[in-house]
Parts: sequence; structure tokens; C-alpha cells
Amino acid sequence: MNLTRPLEAMGRVVMHGLEQAGEILLLLLQTMLWLMRPPWRMRLVFKQMEFVGVKSLNVTILTGAFTGGVFALQTYHGFSLFGAESLVGSTVALALARELGPVLTALMVTGRAGSAMAAEVGTMRVTEQIDALYVMAVNPVQYLVLPRVLASVMMLPLLTIVADFVGIMGGYVVGVHLLGINAGIFVAKIIEYVDPEDIMQGLFKAAIFGLILSLVGCFKGFYTYGGAEGVGRATTEAVVLASVTILAADYVLTALMF
Amino acid sequence: MVKSDAIIELREVHKSFGAQKVLDGLSLSVPRGRITVIIGRSGGGKSVILKHMIGLIKPDRGQVLVDGQDIMPLDDRDLNELRKRFGMLFQDAALFDSMTVFENVAFPLREHTRYNETKIREVVEEKLGLVGLTGHGEKMPSQLSGGMRKRAGLARAIALEPEIILFDEPTTGLDPLMTDAINRLIKNTQDRLGITAVVISHDIQGAYQVAHQIAMLHKGRIIAAGSPEAIRESDDAVVQQFIHGRAEGPIEVL
Ligand SMILES: Nc1ncnc2c1ncn2[C@@H]1O[C@H](COP(=O)(O)OP(=O)(O)OP(=O)(O)O)[C@@H](O)[C@H]1O
Ligand SMILES: [Mg+2]
Repeated sequence: MNLTRPLEAMGRVVMHGLEQAGEILLLLLQTMLWLMRPPWRMRLVFKQMEFVGVKSLNVTILTGAFTGGVFALQTYHGFSLFGAESLVGSTVALALARELGPVLTALMVTGRAGSAMAAEVGTMRVTEQIDALYVMAVNPVQYLVLPRVLASVMMLPLLTIVADFVGIMGGYVVGVHLLGINAGIFVAKIIEYVDPEDIMQGLFKAAIFGLILSLVGCFKGFYTYGGAEGVGRATTEAVVLASVTILAADYVLTALMF
Repeated sequence: MVKSDAIIELREVHKSFGAQKVLDGLSLSVPRGRITVIIGRSGGGKSVILKHMIGLIKPDRGQVLVDGQDIMPLDDRDLNELRKRFGMLFQDAALFDSMTVFENVAFPLREHTRYNETKIREVVEEKLGLVGLTGHGEKMPSQLSGGMRKRAGLARAIALEPEIILFDEPTTGLDPLMTDAINRLIKNTQDRLGITAVVISHDIQGAYQVAHQIAMLHKGRIIAAGSPEAIRESDDAVVQQFIHGRAEGPIEVL
């Protein structure tokens, strides 16, 4: 029995993780360099903004509404034990603005758009379309990665605003109409306790999450190998890695900001 | 060759993928303003040679020279500049599947010229006409047959009329009439513009027709290179077996 085996295996996992992190940072660096160098492909950016933003609207609205609703139910259940029902609205609003809005939106968009980015870019890799870009003297980081990253960084905060708003509406419907909390108090407490700063920090997080999901999606796509199976693998890995990274980043950002 | 002016030169190039050695000290010189046809067995490394010429694959050892300059040390920007002089038809065409055929052919024009929309349309229609795809511009690549995709890729490769064009099996999968038409197109384009072409082909008769130089790849090296006549008359048993397509001989087929 070799006692160093498990250590070795763990070491390899850590090394692989670090290596990957390094490669993703390198891609980020390249993307930022291309941001400063024309031509800026606004048409591609708009197309991605539509794909990441407009087409994620439905899922964002549904997620926001149900999250706000269920959160109102749960807090009411707890708060009514000591007669603090009036604070349900502000609690829901704070949780949404600071945490649930950005995180849940980012996770949903990762599943929808981050995965699609990995699949699309991955298919282009395995069918030599990326090589064709190189051959035609067009840099694929500039052509494929930059528009996706830009669009995601811009659209995630907007989607998060929608999620926050719809979520509070959901909380309102459940709290006021179902549970009978006074409407005036529900709203007044939200205004009293939620700072614009809470919302801004949530939106800042959302932008970072947009960066993560697009960068990871493009990265996994960019280094796809092995045909259709490889594209499938890249897609799954992109969703898993982006989701985990988003949750970890959420913790770090929250710890730093609040 | 009148002038030993090589536009592309591979010197002692070694390339392995994992444990598999594909190029084993390969040397080849591509004369400027001529058509070089590379022949050799399927899986022998012909596409790999082409990708070395344009810097898509880096050699493990050896040099790739373009105009006498080693392209290995070039940074991205210089490599980009160099690639603007090239056009390439990929073996599987590598059309952008999110764009129509028209947009695929227009792509290099939009990227590297200042042509207005009218001029672009004119050039694209002309190139589509040259490869027999007039009227198919609005189709998506997925709606094309294999041979049509190949020809669309060809139109894209020649759109800018670059100085050097690499063709990876331009006639494989085409009917005999279209094969002849494409061979003529390559020859005419070269005649008219004086460009350099490197063509990979399994079509020996076609190679005799278009080539100024034929190079035969075998076991990771160029074992013979010369005019079509010289290749036809070669006394190398491997070359003879290959050009006559015989299963019996020094090459183990299976
Ligand atoms: N990116 C790669 N990774 C691993 N192996 C590769 C790669 N590209 C090519 N090969 C291997 O190199 C060898 C030569 O491939 P290549 O595509 O150059 O053959 P070819 O001569 O063009 O064949 P064909 O006439 O069938 O197109 C093959 O065995 C192939 O498996
Ligand atoms: Mg090939």
C-alpha cells in the first residue's frame, strides 16, 4: 500500500486546476488587449447582446418571480414567530439585490448562454473554422471571444435589475395578497432599508459573473478536441466550471464588499 | 526550374502527434509562381504539411521559410501580416456555418479590403461563377452537398486573389466534369495572376495536367520531386507503384 498515492492524485488535481486558471487568465488578458485595438466589431457585440440579454429575459423573469415569491413565504413563516411580518418586504428586497438576483440570474444565463458559447466555439474548433479564421488573418479572440465577453459583462447587470424588480413583485404578490401584509408597510420598509448601494454592489457582482460565464464558455470551446463528443464534453465542463466559479467569486466579492 | 527561387521552403521538418511520427525530416521547396502538387497516401501527412506552411502547426524540429524568412519566431502580428498573402482551401472546406455562402466568400473581402457593397457583390458573384455556384449564394453551408461546400471554400480561398494559395484536395469528391473544371480553374488562375499554388491531390491525371512540380510524400519525407515528366519516368519503385495505383509493390498497402 502506497501512502503517497492519494497525495499525488490530489496534487495532480490541484496542478490541473492551477494550470487551467492560468490559461483562463491568459485568455482574459488577450481579450483585454483586443479591447484596446480596432476594429471593434459592434455588429457582433450587438448580436451577442441580443443572444445573452434579450433571449435570457424569459428565464430571468420566471426565476426572479418564483424566487421572490418563495422567499417571502419562507421569511413570513419565520418572522411571524416574533411578529416581524412588516420586515418581509425589505428582507426579500435586500436578499434579491445583494445576493439572489445576481447569482441566480448568472447561473441561469450560464446554463443558457454560457453552454451555447462553449458549444458554438467548440464546434468551430473541431470543424477547423477557427483555423480558417487564423488563415484569413482574423484573430479568433478578437472575433469570437471579445464580443461574447463584452456582451455578457453588459447584459448581466441589466438582467439582474429585471430579476431584482420582478422578484420584489413576486414577494409583494405573495406577501400582500396571499399572506395579508399591509401593502403600505411592505413598500415603506423596502424604501427604508434598501440602499442604492446594495443594488449597485449586486450589479457589480453581476458584471463579474458575466465575465466569468462568457470567459469560461469561450475558453472551454476554444480548447475543444475530439469531434462531437468533445463538444459535448466542453459544454458540460463549461457549465460546471462557470457555475462553481461564480459561487466562489460570489463569496469572495461579498466578503470584500460588505 | 529556371530560377531556384523558392517562395516556401520546408527544411528538415519533424512533427509528431503523441507517439506518432508524421513528418520525419521532410524537406520541400515550393517555387514561386508555379503550381506544386503534393501526392501521397491517405493519412500520410499531406494536410499537416500544408498547415505547416501557413503556421497553423509548428514543427517540433526544423524550419519553415517563407521568402527566406523563418516563420517560427514570428509573433502574432507578423504572422497575421504574412497570412494576408495566403489563401487556403481546407480539406473539409471549413466554411463558417453561421453565414451564407455569399457571406463566407465575402468574409476575406470585408476583412481586408475597403471595397464597398457593390464591389463586394461583384467580386463574390464572379468567384461563385468561377466555381459553378451562381445562384447558390444565399444558401447556408449545411444546405450544400459535399462537393458544393468544397467549391464554396475554393471561392473563398481565391476571393482576395492572394499571392500564395494552398489547396487541400480541391477535386476530391467532385464528379469528373467538375474535377476537370476545377483543375482548369486552378491552372487559369495561376496563369492569369502568376500566383504560387500548392495543391494536394489524389488525382494523378489531374496532377499531370496542372503541376509544374509534383512532390511525393512517403513515410514522412518527400521521396521525389520534379516535373510531371520526371515523376512519370521516375525509376523509384515506390513512386511507380503509387502513380500507377497498384496494391502490389514496395509500399505495404494494408
Ligand atoms: N491535430 C492532430 N492531432 C493528432 N494527430 C493528427 C493531427 N493532425 C493530423 N494528425 C495525424 O497525422 C497523420 C497525417 O494526417 P494528415 O491529415 O496530414 O493526412 P493526409 O495525408 O492529409 O491524409 P488524407 O489524404 O486522407 O487527407 C494522421 O495519422 C493523423 O491522424
Ligand atoms: Mg488531408
